[in-house]
Amino acid sequence: MNVVVCLKQVPGTTQVKIDLETNTLIREGIENIINPFDTYAIEEGVRLRERFGGKVTVISMGPTQAEAALREAISLGADKGVLLSDAAFAGADTLATTYTISAAIKRFCNFDLILCGNETIDSGTSQVGPQLAEFLNIPHVTNVGAIDHMDEKELIVVRSLDRGYMKIRVSLPALITVNRSINEPRFPTVANILEVADKQIITYDLNDIGIMREQTGLIGSPTRMASMYESKERRSCTILQGAPGEIAKEAVTKLKQAHVI
Amino acid sequence: MEYFLTEEQKTIKSLARRIAEEKILPVRAELDEKEEFPWAIIKDLADADMFRVFIPEEYEGLGGGCLELCLVVEELSRVCGGVATTYAVNALGSYTLIEYGTEEQKRKYLPDIAAGKRLTAFAISEATAGSDASAIKMTADKVEGGYLLNGTKQFITNAGEAELYTVIVLTDKTRGARGASAIFVEKDTPGFTFGKKEKKMGIRASATGELVFRNCLVPQENLIGKEGLGFIQALRLFDRSRPGIGAQAVGIAQGALEMAVDYAQQRVQFDHPIITQPVVQDMLAEMAIQTEAARALVYAAARMVDSGARKITEESAMAKVFASDVAMRVTTDALQVCGGTGYMKDYPVEKMMRDAKITQIYEGANQILRNAIAVELRKRKAKTE
Repeated sequence: MNVVVCLKQVPGTTQVKIDLETNTLIREGIENIINPFDTYAIEEGVRLRERFGGKVTVISMGPTQAEAALREAISLGADKGVLLSDAAFAGADTLATTYTISAAIKRFCNFDLILCGNETIDSGTSQVGPQLAEFLNIPHVTNVGAIDHMDEKELIVVRSLDRGYMKIRVSLPALITVNRSINEPRFPTVANILEVADKQIITYDLNDIGIMREQTGLIGSPTRMASMYESKERRSCTILQGAPGEIAKEAVTKLKQAHVI
Repeated sequence: MEYFLTEEQKTIKSLARRIAEEKILPVRAELDEKEEFPWAIIKDLADADMFRVFIPEEYEGLGGGCLELCLVVEELSRVCGGVATTYAVNALGSYTLIEYGTEEQKRKYLPDIAAGKRLTAFAISEATAGSDASAIKMTADKVEGGYLLNGTKQFITNAGEAELYTVIVLTDKTRGARGASAIFVEKDTPGFTFGKKEKKMGIRASATGELVFRNCLVPQENLIGKEGLGFIQALRLFDRSRPGIGAQAVGIAQGALEMAVDYAQQRVQFDHPIITQPVVQDMLAEMAIQTEAARALVYAAARMVDSGARKITEESAMAKVFASDVAMRVTTDALQVCGGTGYMKDYPVEKMMRDAKITQIYEGANQILRNAIAVELRKRKAKTE
């Protein structure tokens, strides 16, 4: 059972500030972490390997500093880290990102199953998993909270819904995106952290992957960022007084004025 | 302050902090309230190699020393002094074996201790033997097939939860402290039971209780080192372990200092956060100075222990005494800064203050250790005269 886990390095805080001149996130001084949802995907990949054998490869697209995230994934039990890094990839939207990652997976990875976190905490589109599956022409299931059964040909997964759940049988190779109820990720061990500190992370650039410059990065991205702003939480409080009936009427009027109802 | 830790030491420290924040923080109040033994956390610590830290590499440890142990203890104590005690006492229960055990004994036990599969404990205190540890009465009579143990040990950390106990007993009653020996006893040995579990003021997540021995037969090969050396082994052990208590105290003080700064920043009185009040700033600054000074002394003493220096009694006692007094003072002041809120059980500072108190008492009451330091001063003076 060969598993590929996709991971993204994200800022380890929800208090990100925006540089209003360049319309980009200010990342200086903020510690980067593995997207928390992806840690569940790593753990699940390692558990499957422990049960079925095979290899777990973690793959990430990002600047060279994302090597740290891949190393951490190896300290958590993954076998190999692959970084897709090239200045040409910068500014990619989810389409360009998944196209690039899918091309790299096709070229470099042997897989039975691809695991992704259900979403990222920085952009939160939940698109990368499904789009990747489409590019690879394999079935996918999102928001998986448990793997009920797995053999060489198929797996039965439990997909979390708002109310209840759905059991889905899916043939391999496949891609699933996982949520927090699938497992409880382990901590790395001291020995593993030290061991991976000088482990080589395999890096591939545009030419290695063999895609065209126009298909990736900002040029390959149909999504355009119109503007970016810090949303200010503006709350004001008005206390209405009078008879209950009047208060209710006034409240409805005010809510209508505010376009809430 | 930069302490020039190695990569390995930094890794150990930051991993311990992560476990403390992710696993201990959410349950510390509950563990304290219910006096619950933290088995789930022990497993997390074990899985992350934390019990390997103080075990030599030949026995599946990471080969760290006193400083590495101190780093873990400090980080765990920053969040919960009780869980830290449970962890740290495993080093106490293992040191005698590491230092004086035979190759066979070490092979038999240390790998399991390193993996966190079997917890350990160290037992010297008895009802009549606290600061005066030489007053122990528990006996081990030489009989066919080994030693017959009789007596009761009191206030033993990890009692009932640990599987391996290093017990200091009299193998020769007529010789007092010189007749003491260290004997290793496994849980479930017939004749070995557990008495009363104590209800404590602080470090309530740790288990403290009595070990009761009634004609408990242990094999000869469980003797650690030689007969008659038990008391000296224990004294040497405490010389090496006291910086660990200092580290616990530093961690507790650090946790309390951070709470106090947070609170002072948030709490608005007279239209301003109270941290803008010079009188509060003065308290916080003093707490920070004391905590950092304690940390520096603890790390220095731990490094001295790790250097293999033979005479370490004075320095290790200084680190323990100073840091524990700091922890008591800093937690008391942190509670003062937090005012009425700090006094309430919903806020963690009162627990920190309760946890801090024991560090002034166990592994040598601070008064006894000040005596020991003074004895060294007198000896040095006598030499120059």
